[in-house]
Amino acid sequence: MQRFANPGQFLRLAAVVQPWAAGVGAVATAVGLYFALFLSPADYQQGDTVRIMYVHVPAAWMALSIYLGLAVAAALSLVWKHPLADVAARAMAPIGAAFTALCLITGSLWGQPMWGTWWVWDARLTSVLVLFFLYLGHIALANAFDDADRGARAAAVLALVGVVNLPIIKFSVDWWNTLHQPASVMRLGGPTIHGAMLAPLLLMWAAYMGYFVVVLITRMRTELAERRLRALQLNAEQATRMTASAVEAG
Amino acid sequence: MSAVVALIGRDLRLALRTPGDSATVVAFFVIAVALFPFGVGPEPQLLARIASGVIWVTALLACLLSLDRLFALDFEDGSLDLILLAACPVELTVLAKCAAHWLIAGLPLVITSPLLALVLNLPFDAWPTLLGALALGTPILSLIGAVGAALVLGARRGGVLLPLLVLPLYIPTLILGVAAVEAAASGLSATPHLLLLGALLAFAVPVTAVAGAAALRQAAE
Amino acid sequence: MADFLAMGGYAAFVWSAYGVTALVLAGLGLATVLSARRARAALHEAEQQIQGRRRTSRAQARAQR
Repeated sequence: MQRFANPGQFLRLAAVVQPWAAGVGAVATAVGLYFALFLSPADYQQGDTVRIMYVHVPAAWMALSIYLGLAVAAALSLVWKHPLADVAARAMAPIGAAFTALCLITGSLWGQPMWGTWWVWDARLTSVLVLFFLYLGHIALANAFDDADRGARAAAVLALVGVVNLPIIKFSVDWWNTLHQPASVMRLGGPTIHGAMLAPLLLMWAAYMGYFVVVLITRMRTELAERRLRALQLNAEQATRMTASAVEAG
Repeated sequence: MSAVVALIGRDLRLALRTPGDSATVVAFFVIAVALFPFGVGPEPQLLARIASGVIWVTALLACLLSLDRLFALDFEDGSLDLILLAACPVELTVLAKCAAHWLIAGLPLVITSPLLALVLNLPFDAWPTLLGALALGTPILSLIGAVGAALVLGARRGGVLLPLLVLPLYIPTLILGVAAVEAAASGLSATPHLLLLGALLAFAVPVTAVAGAAALRQAAE
Repeated sequence: MADFLAMGGYAAFVWSAYGVTALVLAGLGLATVLSARRARAALHEAEQQIQGRRRTSRAQARAQR
């Protein structure tokens, strides 16, 4: 019967939240970009490349927090069998993967002028790369079954295994990195962040969050519509089969 | 407990009747390692430098190769349903299947590894560490692999999907395993790396048993 | 203005980072909107079909009576 679980409450809430998230996101994008590109100072060491940070670091935050959200949804799905949890997880994964990819690409664009190379096997970069692989595996597994519910539950188990593994991967990559110190690479995140840089960071994060909520809700609605469509088709099939057998019997 | 022993015995008997399976895994291991000198050149120093990494990465892939048989055959012929119906908790079933898989696919890799260490010119001092690290690490590969193999049961293109799911999770084992051998090869103590590898194994047993059982129950529904 | 666009000589990197971000997020947004529209249309069509079928079957039942 769970296929027919009424998502009405969610849809009503979503209709209220979505315009607000869109508004907050749009304002934060405009103000954040103004701060990031005009108001914030160029770094005395990195010059204007520091502006890449304002699209890069919030993307990293999003990449991690969406994976945690995925794990929470997985737990809700497996333990409490909440029907919306699967819908949310399936909708979340591509957005998380997009932010992870953005984090990697913008990081690479930052690395080239600062480190003189597009890619360094630095502990952080490597961990984010592994996170990207975890996202890809999750998306592939969720879509690999003819039965969507089975795919969602398998992906939920994978998300939980992944979230348990994330600290271990982070630890082992750090361990590996201290063994193989990369040669003459300027370390990031050393100096404390100046207030003038913190404001655009937080604003861009708010913009990403707004974007995330709007896209997540739209994707969840789509998923719900698709599920309803499948249920309708199944019902119609059953109905025709029943009338056919009734005709035979009659 | 007797159910666990019976399950391991059954899998071993099945494997003994088709000894080709174990042999294929070992053959892949040897041939894939033998490709590296063609790729990077035959200088002994260079080979010695990359030996630990090459052996570990290839062992990882060889293990991966045998994973799809872990549950898939039982799933296809329906015996998995019967195994799950038995009185034995599903978590123990997963561990028993892993133990059997390690005996069939992992242990042969550990036994063959000195031969590959020899041809890759790995310093002799590092051999015991290589054996120890592989003996601790390959069971982790079987355990994590079992979760992946259970998850892809009934999936379209499960065989292609499995590496995508499992390989990222293999990274910590790879890092610690290679680090142990490299430490021993450069005359340092490998003990901390081996201890961490052991801790990883101890941690992997309960986690993969629970996750694998959850995945198996879903597959059998 | 030219000074601003030059980004202290790092224009290629700064602007491509912002550009890629805009491109990826817009692309995902577009894909999301398109699939939402497709799903809504398919659902609408199916619902209409079912209603239509109900109407005809009811009409048939009435005619038989």
